[in-house]
Amino acid sequence: MKKNGDPPRIDRRVFMAGGTTAMAAIAAGITGAPAGFIENLLHKNFKEISPERLQRIVQEMEADYTAKYGKTVTVSTTGAQPGVVFGYGLDLSRCVGCRRCVYACVDENNQSRDPQIHWIRVLKMDKSKGIHLEGSDPYYDPEEVPEENAFYMPVACQQCSNPPCTKVCPVEATWQEPDGIVVVDYDQCIGCRCCMAACPYGARHFNWAEPEIAADEVNPDMHYLGNRPRPKGVVEKCTFCIQRVRKGRYPACVEICPVGARKFGNLLDEESEIRVLMREKRVFVLKEDLNTQPKFYYFYAT
Amino acid sequence: MLNRIQEFIIGSFKLTLKGNRTYHLWMAFLTVLVLSGAFAYYRQYTEGLIVTNMRDQVSWAFYIGNFTFLVGVAAAAVLLVIPAYVYNWKPIREIAIFGELLAISAIVMCLLFVTVDIGQPLRVLELLPVIGSLNVPSSLLGWDVLVLNGYLILNVVIVGHFLYKAYFKKPYNKAFVVPLLLLSIPAAISIHTVTAFVYNGMAARPFWNASILAPRFIASAFCSGPAVMLILFQILRRTTHIRIRLEAIRKIAELMAYAMFLNLFLFGAEIFKEYYSDTDHLAHTEYLYSGLHGHTALVPFAWVSLICSVVAFILFLVPKTRMNMVTLNLGCILIWSGVYIEKGMALVIPGMTPDTLGEIYEYIPTWTEIRIGAGVFAIGFMVFTMLCKVAIPLLHDTLADPVAPGEPYPEKL
Repeated sequence: MKKNGDPPRIDRRVFMAGGTTAMAAIAAGITGAPAGFIENLLHKNFKEISPERLQRIVQEMEADYTAKYGKTVTVSTTGAQPGVVFGYGLDLSRCVGCRRCVYACVDENNQSRDPQIHWIRVLKMDKSKGIHLEGSDPYYDPEEVPEENAFYMPVACQQCSNPPCTKVCPVEATWQEPDGIVVVDYDQCIGCRCCMAACPYGARHFNWAEPEIAADEVNPDMHYLGNRPRPKGVVEKCTFCIQRVRKGRYPACVEICPVGARKFGNLLDEESEIRVLMREKRVFVLKEDLNTQPKFYYFYAT
Repeated sequence: MLNRIQEFIIGSFKLTLKGNRTYHLWMAFLTVLVLSGAFAYYRQYTEGLIVTNMRDQVSWAFYIGNFTFLVGVAAAAVLLVIPAYVYNWKPIREIAIFGELLAISAIVMCLLFVTVDIGQPLRVLELLPVIGSLNVPSSLLGWDVLVLNGYLILNVVIVGHFLYKAYFKKPYNKAFVVPLLLLSIPAAISIHTVTAFVYNGMAARPFWNASILAPRFIASAFCSGPAVMLILFQILRRTTHIRIRLEAIRKIAELMAYAMFLNLFLFGAEIFKEYYSDTDHLAHTEYLYSGLHGHTALVPFAWVSLICSVVAFILFLVPKTRMNMVTLNLGCILIWSGVYIEKGMALVIPGMTPDTLGEIYEYIPTWTEIRIGAGVFAIGFMVFTMLCKVAIPLLHDTLADPVAPGEPYPEKL
């Protein structure tokens, strides 16, 4: 599934990891420092960490967060399941623009409350103009939705199969997982924001300040590549709720949607919800001319 | 050998300490700017980039614009190196080293501007090949890191060699330095091209996604960089014994006139395409030149830039105004300002306004950004001043003319 999978580089990585471990061992021997400390200084790239070291890092993380938020936090590193590529469907004819998905997402994924970060942006569009991004309004604020003569188009990460954001990253801090989810390693990101410039959907968000979340609002069910707390100065984005979907649950936005406009499933399974709707309805993707090949399909069910 | 290098470095450093009142005032002024920038940066470092006016909609702005402009300035060297070493033209060969000094200073500023822009500056080591996780060949920014540092090292080695040999009053090693100088020509072109490709490769941003971008970068770079050189040369003519021939200045001015023509022509080609095809993508150009839905922050800058570039072109095109030092200097200042606005603000910001989902977020820099930017420029000018301070007395023996400062040269003018 991964288009830019590159066997020679894995060789280099394995070699490098060996070298790094050896260097760490030597350095630890000389300085008498614990191996973990030196290792942390040498390398942090998620894809290159040994399973033992990853386990150690995760344990430290869980202990830190548990102490910080006063509740038991778990940080999962569950990988992609074989035979699964996630896809998303959004029914434009049903969406009423209530933005419940926006805030369910914020709660689930521990986005900063101040300054606010939203992974989903709902665009209000004029019925008489159709889908026209330039004329859309993300800040609509009426007494009641839906409004007359308007329809709504929620936009989040389109989880492209040919993502322009990952290839521009100068430090390999973001990549597409085998199940199609584009993730960011917050310990690797240098905050250059190249990926934000490259994303055609405004799906990537930067922590301009130290993110703030009240301890009692923190979701303790975390994933390393998803909703664990981010430091300031790094980029974050929608992960299809990686901490949920890899355990067989729906993303939070799908669950909360009061009108059932959001669908989700395994694109490789013909009987899945997403495949059924792709068969029964007519779907389209945003900005298809850019060849980003989104796995986020819009459709009109009624 | 090591002793001699140490002696050279200490000796050179001592040279930068001596100077007249103007020199010390100038350095004190730059120090004040550096300190002001450092305090502003400390605030940005502790509070985050929230102290800038950049946001998710306009996620690159003032810093990256300045970076882009200065990559262009670093090219000034090549416009001197080509006539000096490819065409072996003596009047320019004698002064080509100042181009390299400027290139070093400009690249230092470039690297600083990138550093102040990133959210996690302590992680810059990740950008190192092998030790870090530099993502080449895929990431153009990764390539940019390589070529910029390569160009910096190349120029440091060339200048270091010239000065080291001059320090011990020995002739420079031609077999060593000339191949490096020739290599610096494609290296200079590559830093522009790769920087342009960083923008150019982003299909999400139609304003940047035009093949004309890299040629435009190079054309405008050949205007702005030499403009600084011309003004510097005239200062050196008045204040030192360095032999800077008027014909060298005039040749550079002539080359700049060609570059300015090309720059305006490419600009016109882009304007035609945007307005004639009149697609949704025109919004970015419209935002720049006429404003969009009442948002007009960049409009005055855009027109000032264009007018500066056109007037400078006319001044450089007409032989009479090109030969006249007053109008020549005016032209230099105009083209510098024109290109500074064009590359500094009018490239990055409209590329992101409106954003990819059509929202208009109007960006103007905060004082913190301006102070940090001024601090970076001050460091660059400091590096350049100190390098000149070392180079001028050292090269005096090989370059000096038996005339007093400011006195006309015995050549046909």
